[in-house]
Amino acid sequence: MNEDLDMLEKSALNDYKYGFTTKIDTDIIPKGLNEGVIELISKKKNEPEWMLAWRLKAYAYWLKLTEPTWANIKHPPINYQDIIYYAAPKQKEQLNSLDEVDPELLRTFEKLGISLNEQKRLTGVAVDVVMDSVSIATSFKEQLSEIGVIFCSISEAIQKHPELVKKHLGSVVPMTDNYFAALNSAVFTDGSFCYIPKGVRCPMELSTYFRINAENSGQFERTLIIAEEESYVSYLEGCTAPMRDENQLHAAVVELIAMEKAEIKYSTVQNWYPGDKEGKGGIYNFVTKRGICQGDYAKISWTQVETGSAITWKYPSVILKGDHSIGEFYSVAFTNHHQQADTGTKMIHLGKNTRSRIVAKGISAGQSQNSYRGLVRASKGAINARNYSQCDSLLLGDKCGAHTFPYIEVKNKTAIVEHEATTSKIGEDQLFYCRQRGIDAEAAVALIVNGFAKEVMNQLPMEFAIEAQKLLTISMEGSVG
Amino acid sequence: MTNIAYFTDQFEGLAATDSTSTIKELSKAAFDTFNQSGLPTYKLEEWKYTNISSLFDKNYQFSKEDSKENLSLAGLRALNLPGKNEANELYFIDGRFMPGLSKMISSEKELIILPLEEAAKGPYQKIVAEHLGSSSKYLKDGLHALNTAFIQDGVFIYLPKGQQLDAALYLHHINNANTENILSQPRSLVYLAENTNLQLVETYTTLGSMDSFSNEVIEIVLQENAFLAYYKLQNDGANAAQVSSTQIHQIGKSYVQTLTIALNGGVIRNNLNLILDAEGNETHLYGLSLLKGNSHVDHHTLVDNKQPNCFSNQLYKGIADDTATGVFSGRIIVQPDAQKTNAYQSSKNIILSERATINAKPQLEIFADDVKCSHGCTVGQLDEEAMFYLRARGLPLKTAESLLLQAFASDILNQIKLEPLRIHVEQLILDQLASS
Repeated sequence: MNEDLDMLEKSALNDYKYGFTTKIDTDIIPKGLNEGVIELISKKKNEPEWMLAWRLKAYAYWLKLTEPTWANIKHPPINYQDIIYYAAPKQKEQLNSLDEVDPELLRTFEKLGISLNEQKRLTGVAVDVVMDSVSIATSFKEQLSEIGVIFCSISEAIQKHPELVKKHLGSVVPMTDNYFAALNSAVFTDGSFCYIPKGVRCPMELSTYFRINAENSGQFERTLIIAEEESYVSYLEGCTAPMRDENQLHAAVVELIAMEKAEIKYSTVQNWYPGDKEGKGGIYNFVTKRGICQGDYAKISWTQVETGSAITWKYPSVILKGDHSIGEFYSVAFTNHHQQADTGTKMIHLGKNTRSRIVAKGISAGQSQNSYRGLVRASKGAINARNYSQCDSLLLGDKCGAHTFPYIEVKNKTAIVEHEATTSKIGEDQLFYCRQRGIDAEAAVALIVNGFAKEVMNQLPMEFAIEAQKLLTISMEGSVG
Repeated sequence: MTNIAYFTDQFEGLAATDSTSTIKELSKAAFDTFNQSGLPTYKLEEWKYTNISSLFDKNYQFSKEDSKENLSLAGLRALNLPGKNEANELYFIDGRFMPGLSKMISSEKELIILPLEEAAKGPYQKIVAEHLGSSSKYLKDGLHALNTAFIQDGVFIYLPKGQQLDAALYLHHINNANTENILSQPRSLVYLAENTNLQLVETYTTLGSMDSFSNEVIEIVLQENAFLAYYKLQNDGANAAQVSSTQIHQIGKSYVQTLTIALNGGVIRNNLNLILDAEGNETHLYGLSLLKGNSHVDHHTLVDNKQPNCFSNQLYKGIADDTATGVFSGRIIVQPDAQKTNAYQSSKNIILSERATINAKPQLEIFADDVKCSHGCTVGQLDEEAMFYLRARGLPLKTAESLLLQAFASDILNQIKLEPLRIHVEQLILDQLASS
């Protein structure tokens, strides 16, 4: 009994283990948003003229929009003038090696379990680290550049590869796409850029780690991945933030472009600070993610494990333009306490013989609300389009909600679209079976939930899968009983 | 004169007429709602797939007093409406209930039929006051409000305690669009007291070549141990548009089966709301659309589980040919108190032509944990192997196709418990498949 109590107490304290703050000098542009701030961001990043013009155009467009209200989420109005749009850890002008990175920063990431030192070679993951508004370090750059892979921060890409950025930025998620995409286009500060040349199979996993550190700041990152013909890349993304009482805004845009026979695998483990038990604080995660299968036989696969954020609002989508192209979406969304998640995907079938598969698992506990919202559209030209969607929801507790809003639009007589969804709680008999074998209730629920989510977890790269599994177990602590 | 100006003008005329205060208050509030929200456009989430407002580009007229006289009972009988034998029949001409045309075989003790205005004054005053207009809690759009604003010549149907009616009750809606575009707004309130059984059928016919628009609202209330089978048969011309809102409120432990069959028509929107408001309610919803030409049919269902231990099952099947559009939007809500709910929903669709469209939006909103809910939706074609099997046995393409489609529809048709109606519908479907 005592042991049980100890464990419960610990788990209550342990809720969010990434909630610390790093004391580090930060270069900040004061709160507020206007053209001056955008010009200042652009200037700080030493951007070319066309980039600033692009930002200002997006800002002008954003001013005309109103915040969308259709999602199944509730939050007090966001004051966009009360956000710091640029916060960067102060550092030397240009870093040549990781030895020059502020040791305090390195310790932060050590604490987060991300070693920036190149021992990471063992696991073969190249990491780009973004703290608040800027990219701090990118590892394995040289090895990657030998085979022609460009992996750097987007700010660096704007300087060094303007032709690629100019050509592709905003081509999948135009600045006019939605409210948060327009805002992001105006004020984005950093993010990752990957370019995989023709015929190259990227030898290691590319990874970006996002961290919000500064108070009252918003993070607006922009990621652009381009896979040329017959190339392959697997990309991972992770995120954490300190515990604070205010809500912080994270509005990112991710664009993927897959050319003929290219494959992009994009995995996310999202663990932003979810707020405390009473629903105070936490990150608003309003993200636009979209990929396009530009060429024939291209493939884009999204895998996401969503456990953090006070509010999650994101729909990683695939436009299946090339014939025979494939889109996949695997998702586990776990919500606890007062978290709200409205997440799902869009599969837009345009090309012939395109296929898509959606597997979404939602788990709600506490007083949380968890929604799946998805669109599958087979247009007239999408001959033989095929989709299969499956959404399952698991309810732990009688105060939470699980919702499903799929949209299916078929304009084609050769398309086959299937959707199925179920909602239930953990079966008494399953629990009984575990308890009978001496597994305590909490561990039994964790076991069953992990089994429930396994189909999605299996899609993650190994290192990530273990982390995600642990994360799921931690997030669930205290949600039973 | 625009439609809106015409409505305002007509409403002022209506306000001067004599009516009970219950109805007057309702209608006044509804007209305010209509003025505020206007006609629903596709920008509203609930009307995303059905564009109603563009239908109002042309002008509609409410029925004129004299147009009814042209239609005699004998003339109506010739329309070949189903259920001619052992059934009670009520007629709505241009949306107005015509007591004089009714054909009743049940006695007044068994089944009470009253004009709505009269019921709002007499012994049923309390029931009318409590339930008339209750659907506006769920249907908040301008079109629904427009019907309520013009409640006039509606009907009140009351099944007294213990009445198990063998004879079905038919409501025939006839629009006379011989000389001008007609907007009809039928309104009904049906109340099933304890231990009753009713089979209710609605049919729709438009006469003439001008356009008709039927904006119907029917509210049905079920008491303890009531049983309702509710059939809706939509087989009208391409000039007939329709928005039909049905709300069934189960306030006692009761059983409901609904079946909606849409065979022909212009733009059709069926709002069907089931409010499961007592423990142990059971509900079965079935629907079939067999669409050709330029038809557009939108089945919009809502099952609101408010109490524990309820069961609901939905099965909607759709076949879309030519340039037709089939829409299914189903929504299941399980409220926090509604533990042990079982709610299922399934929508199966076949597309037969390059230019046909199917849109589906099955939704679950669940706020209780001890539930079993599922929904499924498929869009596809006729099974190639089944086709091959039939063709290999010498069946011509058309026959094989028609046979498979009949089989697809039979799941729904077999649920029609009212024999004469089932035979009638099966024949209609056979004719329609044969003609394509």
